[in-house]
Amino acid sequence: MNYDQLGHEAVARIAAAGDLDALESLRVEFLGKQGSVSALLKTLGGLTPEERKETGPKIHGLRESVSDALAARKADLEAAEMEARLATETIDLTLPAPDTPKGSIHPVSQVMDELAEIFADLGFAVATGPEIEDDWHNFTALNMPESHPARAMHDTFYFPEQAGAEKRMLLRTHTSPVQVRTMLERGAPLRIIAPGRVYRSDSDATHTPMFHQVEGLVIDRDIHLGHLKWTLETFLKAFFERDDIVLRLRPSYFPFTEPSVEVDVGFALETGPDGKARRVLGGSGDAPGHAWMELLGSGMVNARVIEFAGLDPSEWQGFAFGVGVDRLAMLKYGMDDLRAFFDGDVRWLRHYGFSAFDQPTLSGGVGARP
Amino acid sequence: MKFSLEWLKYFLDTDASVDEVAAKLNAIGFEVEDIDDPAQKLEGFVVAEVLTATPHPQADKLQVLTVDTGKGEPLQVVCGAPNARAGMKGVLGMAGAVVPANGMQLKKAELRGVESNGMMCSSRELELGDDHDGIIELAGDAPVGTPFAEFHGASPVIDISVNPNRPDCMGVYGIARDLAAAGLGTFKPFAVPAIGGDYPCPVEIRTDDPEGCPAFYGRVIRAVGNGQSPGWMQARLIAAGQRPISALVDITNYVMLAFGRPAHAYDLAKLNGAVVARRAKAGEQVLALNEKTYALDETMTVIADDTGVHDIAGIMGGEHSGCSENTSDVLLEIAYFEPERIGATGRALGIASDARTRFERGVDPAFLDDGLAILTDLILRICGGTPSDVVRAGAPPSQPKVVSYDPALCRKLGGVDIAEDEQRRILAALDFEVSPDWQVTVPLRRHDIEGAADIVEEVVRIHGLDKVESVALPRHDGVALPTATALQAMERRLRRAAAARGLNEAVTWSFLPVADAEHFAAGAEVWTLANPISEDMKAMRPSLLPGLIAAAKRNVDRGASSLRLFEIGRRYFVADDGSSDERPTLGIVLAGEKTPRGWASGKAVPFDAFDAKAEALALLAEAGAPVDKLQVMGEAGDQFHPGQSATLRLGPKTVLARFGMVHPATARRFDIDVPIAAVEIFLDALPARKDGGAFARAAYAPPALQSVTRDFAFLVPEDLPAGDLVRAVRGADKASIVDARLFDMFAGQGVPDGQKSLAIEVTLQPGEKSFTDEDLKAISEKVTASAAKLGAVLRG
Repeated sequence: MNYDQLGHEAVARIAAAGDLDALESLRVEFLGKQGSVSALLKTLGGLTPEERKETGPKIHGLRESVSDALAARKADLEAAEMEARLATETIDLTLPAPDTPKGSIHPVSQVMDELAEIFADLGFAVATGPEIEDDWHNFTALNMPESHPARAMHDTFYFPEQAGAEKRMLLRTHTSPVQVRTMLERGAPLRIIAPGRVYRSDSDATHTPMFHQVEGLVIDRDIHLGHLKWTLETFLKAFFERDDIVLRLRPSYFPFTEPSVEVDVGFALETGPDGKARRVLGGSGDAPGHAWMELLGSGMVNARVIEFAGLDPSEWQGFAFGVGVDRLAMLKYGMDDLRAFFDGDVRWLRHYGFSAFDQPTLSGGVGARP
Repeated sequence: MKFSLEWLKYFLDTDASVDEVAAKLNAIGFEVEDIDDPAQKLEGFVVAEVLTATPHPQADKLQVLTVDTGKGEPLQVVCGAPNARAGMKGVLGMAGAVVPANGMQLKKAELRGVESNGMMCSSRELELGDDHDGIIELAGDAPVGTPFAEFHGASPVIDISVNPNRPDCMGVYGIARDLAAAGLGTFKPFAVPAIGGDYPCPVEIRTDDPEGCPAFYGRVIRAVGNGQSPGWMQARLIAAGQRPISALVDITNYVMLAFGRPAHAYDLAKLNGAVVARRAKAGEQVLALNEKTYALDETMTVIADDTGVHDIAGIMGGEHSGCSENTSDVLLEIAYFEPERIGATGRALGIASDARTRFERGVDPAFLDDGLAILTDLILRICGGTPSDVVRAGAPPSQPKVVSYDPALCRKLGGVDIAEDEQRRILAALDFEVSPDWQVTVPLRRHDIEGAADIVEEVVRIHGLDKVESVALPRHDGVALPTATALQAMERRLRRAAAARGLNEAVTWSFLPVADAEHFAAGAEVWTLANPISEDMKAMRPSLLPGLIAAAKRNVDRGASSLRLFEIGRRYFVADDGSSDERPTLGIVLAGEKTPRGWASGKAVPFDAFDAKAEALALLAEAGAPVDKLQVMGEAGDQFHPGQSATLRLGPKTVLARFGMVHPATARRFDIDVPIAAVEIFLDALPARKDGGAFARAAYAPPALQSVTRDFAFLVPEDLPAGDLVRAVRGADKASIVDARLFDMFAGQGVPDGQKSLAIEVTLQPGEKSFTDEDLKAISEKVTASAAKLGAVLRG
C-alpha cells in the first residue's frame, strides 16, 4: 500500500475543507473509530514483528500528518471565521463617548488651601472664629472703643439690639477678631492664619457686601517689624512663585496695631494672551513701567489688644496682617470681576475653577497652572 | 485733604519738587491719592495784550480784537466779553490749548465770517473762580507772552489721605512740621501776632456744659466790611477744594485748613443776650447752614443765646446767625469740644462736616488763643474793624502725657537700629520734649500717642520704614508639622471628593431674603440684619440649599440644562445664650438633566432622589461616617418632596444628612421648573475622626476560601421598605453573611395584590472550612426566619 499517496490525498482533502463542519467530517473519516487511518492502525496488531517494523512507522507517519493537517486547517478556519465576525462588528468610533461631568474647586477655596499650605511650612496653624460676632471682639478688644471714629469707617452690618444684652451682635467686618479669640483660647506663643468670610455694607463694581480675608498673627517674645516684612515677602514669593516680589512699607493707622504698616507691592502692566492688559506682580514699583499697588494692612499688635486677649504685653509682642483672599485670587489667576465670585455661574466656575487634583502641595507646587 | 504746594511752602522752606514732596509724604504715612498740576492744565494759555478792538461786522455782541502774544504778528481773535477793550491785558488761549472748565480744545475757526485764532478767557473758564461776566483783566505790568501758568503762580495741588489718628495734620501747618522732621526742608514756625482788645467784650460768653465744652473763648470785632477775600486766600481755598464765599467765612475756613483749627464767626446783630455752650433741650431744633433742620436732644452740646440754638457745637453752624455781606459786627467763637461727644452727636444727626472730622478726632487744646489771634489778625487786615478783649470761659485740657520710653524699643519692636541722637532729633522736630532719662512729654495736639509703641512708630516712621530689614522667623526644627484641625482636614477632603465626583463648587451669599430663610429654618430663629444692603440680603442662611437653588435658577435662566452645584459653608443659628451657632455644612443641588439625550442612551434622564442619595452616601463615606450603619428615615423637611426624600441617621436621633427631591412648592418659590434633587450634609453632626498618631489599621488577611453567593426572593407587603428587609437579611447570620445586595424588585403579574417581590443576593464567607450542605441550609433557614419577622415569605 502506498501510504505516502494516501497521506498526500488525505492532507489535500483536509486543506480543501471549506468549513469546520466539513473538517470534522474528514476527521471522523480518517481518525474516527471507524476511520480509514484508525483502521490501518488496527491492522498493526496482526503483523509479524518484521512487517510491523517496516509498516508501523509508515502508518504512524500517516496518522501524524493527517492529525497535523487537521489541526492546522482548524486553526486557519477559526482565524478566518473570527476575521469574518470582527468584520461585521465594526463601529463608528467618532461617535461621542458618554460624558462624565467635570467638577471644580472654587478659586477662593483653592487660594485658601494654597495659603494654608504655604503658612503650614512657616509653622502657622489655621484658626477660625464666628462670622456673626459681638462688638467686643470685632471692635472693643481691637482697641476701637464705642466712640472710635474708625468704627464708623467699617460700614458694619448690625443685628438689632437685644434688650438687656451687653454686647451688640454684628457681622464681623474683618478676620481680626480671630486674633483675640485665639490668643484668649491658646495663649502664647502663637502663629496662626485665619481665613474666612467678612462683611461690609458696601456694594459696587469692586466691592461686595461679603468677601474673604486671611488674617495672620504671630505672637512671641522678640517678634518685630523685620519679621513681619520677611514673612510677607516669603509668603508672597511662594504664593506668586516669583522671586522678584518687592514690597514697600508705608506708615499707616489701624487701631489694633502700633506701629501700623500699609504694604504696597510693585507691579507692571503686561499684555496677557487675550490682548488685555493685566497687572503682573514683580519688580519695584519705582522701576520704569512699574507702579505700586496697595495690597494689605499690617503692623505690630497693639499692646492694648494683647492685654484684651489676656496676655502680658511686657512679655509678649508680635505682628498681624490682613489681606483679601479674593483679591489674591484675582491677582494670581486673572479674574477681573469680584461679583462673579459669588454668582455661581457654572460657566465661570468651570473656567476659573480648579480640578480636584490641583491640591496644592509643597513638592508639587502651591499654584495651579492652566 | 488737598493743599497747594505753594501753601505748603508758606510753612516749609524747601526746594523739593512736587514729586519729592509726594514721595516723602507717602514715606511718612500720608498716602498721596492724587497730584494735580495746573501748569499742565494751563498749557497754551499766555499773558496777552489787546492792541485793537473793533465791532464785529456781523454780530452786535462780538468784537474783533488784535492781540499781542509777544511773539510774531499780533493774532486776530473774536471775543464776546463786554470788558474786552484796547490796551487791556488778559489771558489768551491759543489754538491747541484745552479749556480746563469744559475740556474743549481751541482751534483756529471762523466766527460769523471772521477768523479767530484763540479765545480770551474768563476766570471760570480757567477754573480760577466763579467770574464769568467778562474776561480776566491782568495788571498793566503783566509781562506779555509769559505762559499764564508761570505768571499766575499756579501751584500743583497734592491730595493726601490723613489717617484718623492724626487730626494735627488736618491742616497744612502740621504736615509741614512732619515733612521738616523727615528732612524735606526747614519748618517755619508761624509767628502768631499778639492782638490786644480795644474795649471789653460786650457779649457774655459762658460754658454751662464743661463736660462737652471745657473751653469757649471768644471776642467781638466791630465795624468789619465783609467783602471778598483776597486773591491769595481764594487761590489756596480753591486749591483745597473750598469755594470762596465771603471774607469772614473764608477766613474761618482758611484757619481750619491751614492749622486744622475750626472756629465760627457769628453775626453779632443776630444774637441776643449771653452766648452759652450748653446741652440741647429735648425737642429743640436748629436750622443748620446746610439748610436742613435738625432735632436735638440732651446728649448734644450746642451754642445758644437767649432766643435759641445757633450752632451744633463743633459740627455745623446755624443758618440764622451766620455772617452775610451785610454783617458789620462779629462774634468769634473758638472752643474745645470733647471729641467723643462730637462723634456721638455727628453720628446721631448724620452730619459729616470738616469741623466734625477735626473735633471728633481731637483738635489742639493748646491752640485756642493762637487760633483766635490768627483769626483776628486776618479779619483786621482783610475786613478792618476793631477787636474787643478776649473772653475765656473754662479751660482746655492742659496736662500733657508723659511716656516712659526706651530707645532700644526701636530695635525690639521696629526691627531697626536708630542712634539715640537721631531718635532725640526726630522727637524734638515733632515737638516732643525728651528728658535725659527718656521721659517723653507728648504735645497736647498728639491725642494718638498713648505709649512707648507710639513713640517707636513716630521715630521709625520719620527715620524711614524702608530701612527695616527683613528678618527670617525662626523655623521649626525639621519638617513642618501638620496644622489643619480635624474639621478643616475633613472639609478639604470633602471639597475635593465632591469636585472629583463632578460637582462644581460655588460660593454663595451668606444672606437671603427673610422669607426664604424662614422657609428653610423649620421654625428655628433666624439672624436678621438691622441694616441690610437690600431686602434680598437680610437674613443669615439657616441652610445652604436656598442659595444653591437660587444659583441653579440663574444658570437655568442662562440656558444651562444640567447643574451639579455644591458649597461648603456655614449655617447660622442663634445659640441659647444669644451668641452665634454656626454649623459647618455641605450642600448639593442637582438640577435638570443627569444625562443629556444621547445616541446610545436615548432620551435625557432627569436627576432623581437616588442621585442625591448616591452623593450623600459617597461623601459621607469620604468624611469617615460609618455609612453601613446609617438608617434611611423620613422627615427631610417641608422643603422636600414628602414621598421622595429622607434623612440619613446614625441611631434614631443623629441626623447626618438629608436628601431627596425638592418640594415643587419650594421650587416654585425660586421660580425654577426643572427637577431638583438636593443634599445637605451636617458636618457638625458627624462623629469626630479619632486623631492621635495611630495610623495602623485593624489586622486583616484576605480569607483563603472563596466566598459563595445565594439568591433569595421574598414576597413582602408592598409598603415594606426594601432597606429593612436587606438589613434583616444581612443581620441573620453575622458570622457568615458579609453582604446582602438587593438586585431585583417586582410587582404585578405573578405577585399577589398588595405585595411585591424583592430579590436579594447574599454573599457568604466561609472561615476555616468550606460550607457543607448542612451549613448552607442552616444559614438559609436563618435568612428566611429573619425575613419572616418582617412579613416576608420566601418565594417558591
